[in-house]
Amino acid sequence: MKRTTNYSWKSLPGPQDITRSILPNGIILLTRSNFSSPSVVVSGYLPSGSIFDPREKLGLAHYTALALMRGTQKHTFQQIYNGLESVGASLGFGASVHNTSFGGRALAEDLRLLLRTLSEAIREPIFPADHIERLRAQLLTGLAMRDQDTADRASIRFDEIVFPNHPYGLPEDGFTGTIRAIQREDILQHHKLVYGPRNMVLVVVGAVSASQAYDIVSQVLGGWENPSQPEAPVLPPLKPITAVVREHIPLAGKSQTDLVMGGYGPKRSSPDYLAASLGNNILGQFGMMGRIGDVVREQAGLAYYASTSLNSWIYTGSWEVSAGVNPANLQQTIDLILTEIEKFISEPVSSDELQDSQANYIGRLPLSMESNNGVAAALLNLERFHLGMDYYQQFPVQVAAITPEDVLQAARHYLFPDRMVTISSGPELI
Amino acid sequence: MTPTTLVNLPNGLTIHLKEIHTAPIISHWVWYRIGSRDELPGRTGISHWVEHMQFKGSLNFQAGMLDKAISREGGFWNAFTHLDWTTFFETLPSDKIDLGLRLEADRMINSLFKPEEVESERSVILSEREGSENEPLFRLGEAVQLSGFDHHPYRNEIIGSPQDLAAIQREDLYRHYKTNYHPGNALVAIAGDFETGVMVKRLEQLYGAIPSGGRISHSVQPEPPLDAERRVEVKGPGKTTFVQLSYRSPAAANPDFFPFAVMDSLLTGPTSLNMFGGGGTSNKTSRLYRALVEKELATGIGGGTQATIDPFLYEITVTVRPGQTVEAILNAVDAEMERLQQETVHPDEISRAIKQARAIFAYGSENITNQAFWLGYAEMFSTYQWFNEYMERLEHVTPADLRRIAQEYLDPHRRVVGVYIPNGEENAEG
Repeated sequence: MKRTTNYSWKSLPGPQDITRSILPNGIILLTRSNFSSPSVVVSGYLPSGSIFDPREKLGLAHYTALALMRGTQKHTFQQIYNGLESVGASLGFGASVHNTSFGGRALAEDLRLLLRTLSEAIREPIFPADHIERLRAQLLTGLAMRDQDTADRASIRFDEIVFPNHPYGLPEDGFTGTIRAIQREDILQHHKLVYGPRNMVLVVVGAVSASQAYDIVSQVLGGWENPSQPEAPVLPPLKPITAVVREHIPLAGKSQTDLVMGGYGPKRSSPDYLAASLGNNILGQFGMMGRIGDVVREQAGLAYYASTSLNSWIYTGSWEVSAGVNPANLQQTIDLILTEIEKFISEPVSSDELQDSQANYIGRLPLSMESNNGVAAALLNLERFHLGMDYYQQFPVQVAAITPEDVLQAARHYLFPDRMVTISSGPELI
Repeated sequence: MTPTTLVNLPNGLTIHLKEIHTAPIISHWVWYRIGSRDELPGRTGISHWVEHMQFKGSLNFQAGMLDKAISREGGFWNAFTHLDWTTFFETLPSDKIDLGLRLEADRMINSLFKPEEVESERSVILSEREGSENEPLFRLGEAVQLSGFDHHPYRNEIIGSPQDLAAIQREDLYRHYKTNYHPGNALVAIAGDFETGVMVKRLEQLYGAIPSGGRISHSVQPEPPLDAERRVEVKGPGKTTFVQLSYRSPAAANPDFFPFAVMDSLLTGPTSLNMFGGGGTSNKTSRLYRALVEKELATGIGGGTQATIDPFLYEITVTVRPGQTVEAILNAVDAEMERLQQETVHPDEISRAIKQARAIFAYGSENITNQAFWLGYAEMFSTYQWFNEYMERLEHVTPADLRRIAQEYLDPHRRVVGVYIPNGEENAEG
């Protein structure tokens, strides 16, 4: 590496200051203290995501997650939120394919309240019938708004084509018909059968010591058991994409067209993940959105945004280019992006480009952990992907070891212009 | 409260510094007292466009090189144009901050505004605007803001009208830049891991020789509240009706701002003024959530105001539940407003708002970038003392203040009622 900062890597989260404990009931607790501000962040997940949803009731995990705080055996909806909001605290839930995730923050003096509320919500929700219906109306309104969002429409269709008959290809918040089909009994059953402490991960970061955090978590969650908690279902294998797919979803009355192009990407544990990630940075992120941003936005002035993203999950991933363009510029933008991808898989990136992105990855790490939320997200990543406690301290060495040839191999493994899925949504094609 | 240092250079540049040694990070902001408030008819959006041009190359930093230089050091940077101000910032590892200082000083005086870059950016900004126009709430918000004032430039969207964006020429932009972006109209704010004496010397070297540019006359006069209710309708795609109400809010320097902030907490939940790291709490126990969402008239509500030089707008946005009417929403809102105007608020509700504000400030203080933001932001509409005294001023708010504020500012005869009426087309079903 030509360029590195003199930042002390030992001050990043690592074995010296992350405390990892496992409660007897299987809950994994990670804590890191930070007394520079009188606040705390709590985040984590339970393995109860949309992977468990029946297809005709897609959105069940999401619906259940949002209903957890609508009333518990001890407190009503208004009592729960009055407790939190009166002290400026917050707590929220959501669902992804694998997990029900949660996140909250409070002043350190209110950590016990925050964790007690979390515990009640996941252990003792009663899902009041009137709240379930009120929530259904909110979810359906959200879906009606999603149906009018050009970026969402393109992205949902892209996932559907790249991951057919697979939970990764379905939106976790479901569809209008599936949300209408979910009954309160379904939510009760989902919670009763699927929620449990095994493999739950809880991260506490902020003005609290590890031992204090452990004590409170033990008190509020240590007694939770669910002997029938199931293992996550095995996902079906994915078939390779064999031909170009090009679809446009017309939405009347819109000014801009949103575009998504791409295909598979590496799973997070794949050996070529880091090379693909650095390649993605060069292709569509570095500086003002990398090579693609440079060509589409900076040189041609065709779009406000044109960038790439690498999304790497447990079983697989996607590598996507997205752009928002004037409808008249759509085909020109697609052509420019394809040309850049052709170039990207034809010849290695220059060593200067790679060194730039390597320096970016290494330099931005401390900045991404400026706040308790940033540290909490970093700790969750360690646990979710089994990266090891010293991952962030080893990160510069791993990044520096990637070569232009590694990037080229990864790009050739995942990017195929002749099998590209290209979805746009906006006004009718001109 | 950590002390800060204010320095005025002979050329009129104000420097505001705060040492924070909790992490090896420095955040550097340059604030200009220029925003959409200063724009003349026919030139709306010109400040935002100049902001874009500041990324397109200066004498010593070519276009594209700037992004790469910052990214290479692992930093992040951005810029924002607002009603009263425009700001540019870089957050970098502390040993790399000189890059940020050099490039900001260079583009304060040496930006190029190449004609071809001006034209390319015209398309980019129109594309940015088209992306916003895809959103019903942008279109409604634009109409409501326009109706909220007869003359004051706060009526205009910061991005500018499509007509003005088509008409503005390179000479207009360059004149606007030369007139407004200079030391006499600027403030440099820096927070992080540095020594004040060393930093002041370096800033003197870099900025000291830039000509002052003279004082700018900001001759805009505040506009009194409306003398009658105004109603605007926006029609467009979708299935969701939105209502947006706007009332004239007090200027930030007006003592009424503080009881107004407490009232905002009561009605729609606390507004966070942090730019980074700080979201507050949810608003499910706020009066309007209980009156509208709990009563199943709406599926969501939000509201808030901003700290501005002149009186701006307190806006409440309601997502109407299908089957409900706009009049039912307005009746419920008016009943709550009347309650605030006629009944005395319990002191506990004020204490609650104060604790919420304390938590929000604590969350914001986790983040060095956000602390640097406040050093400059508060100076744009008042002084840093305003920020330092914020909590104390809230603590002096009385129930009588709230009643007076509600009577004076929440008059239904002096507001704008905006309604987004969906045409009902498009219904995607999975």
